Amino acid sequence: MEVFLMFVKAFVVGGAICLIGQIIINYTHLTNGKILVLFLIAGAVLEGFGLYSKLIEFAGAGASIPISGFGSALVKGAVKAAKAEGIYGALKGGLAACATGISVAIVSGYLVAVIFKPRTKKK
Amino acid sequence: MDKSITENNVISKDNYKSYVFEKMPKSSHWKNMFWAFLIGGVICVIGQAFIELYKLWFSIEDAAVLASGTMVLIAAILTGLGVYDNIGRFAGAGSTIPITGFSNAVVSPALEFRAEGYIYGVGAKMFLVAGPVIVNGVTISVIIALLTLAFGG
Repeated sequence: MEVFLMFVKAFVVGGAICLIGQIIINYTHLTNGKILVLFLIAGAVLEGFGLYSKLIEFAGAGASIPISGFGSALVKGAVKAAKAEGIYGALKGGLAACATGISVAIVSGYLVAVIFKPRTKKK
Repeated sequence: MDKSITENNVISKDNYKSYVFEKMPKSSHWKNMFWAFLIGGVICVIGQAFIELYKLWFSIEDAAVLASGTMVLIAAILTGLGVYDNIGRFAGAGSTIPITGFSNAVVSPALEFRAEGYIYGVGAKMFLVAGPVIVNGVTISVIIALLTLAFGG
């Protein structure tokens, strides 16, 4: 039951974050790259006030899977390391916390580019 | 060329933009908001399923990181198969905003520019969207961490 409730919360919160993004796209016609950066910064700033972690605690993947969760993880890692190791930590902690996601994206991106053939986009 | 876009035969940035908006197919806002919510929600539920799975072996923090990594990998393969872009056509922000959309933004240009070689094609174009995301993310995280240090957070 506990797990089921977690799935519902992940669905609703994750869906709601994407819905906000879609509303912004509908009214501003921002490109995908700008939307990603916008949500990343929103997640980072909210984490700066310690708020985004609480959302992740509540909704799990519903908050950590959207790109705002990536921004939050960067800030959380940087702040945590900064508290432990000072300026050195501030410079190290963010990327260290997100290294897995970035590395997987780069390596799998490279391999996919080698293995698969580009397709012409159907419009 | 359509007369409505040219004013004294000059295409400015502004009237080109409004011309493009005019010609863009009008998709219903309600419809694409529904799909963004549904697909975004479903992607997060799949992510949650991986978290629950990895929690069996790892701490909750590590499980969340691994789940994100798994979603990135799956999205990369789906992009290679051409499936992710098909989902994106109706899901809009529902497929862009999750970390899978970031993965798609890395893999898609890598694949597309392979013809330009593995160094300046794949290697460079991979960061068309990922570059701005990482640059902005790292910069803001370092600034916030330094501010926290300075003011004791």
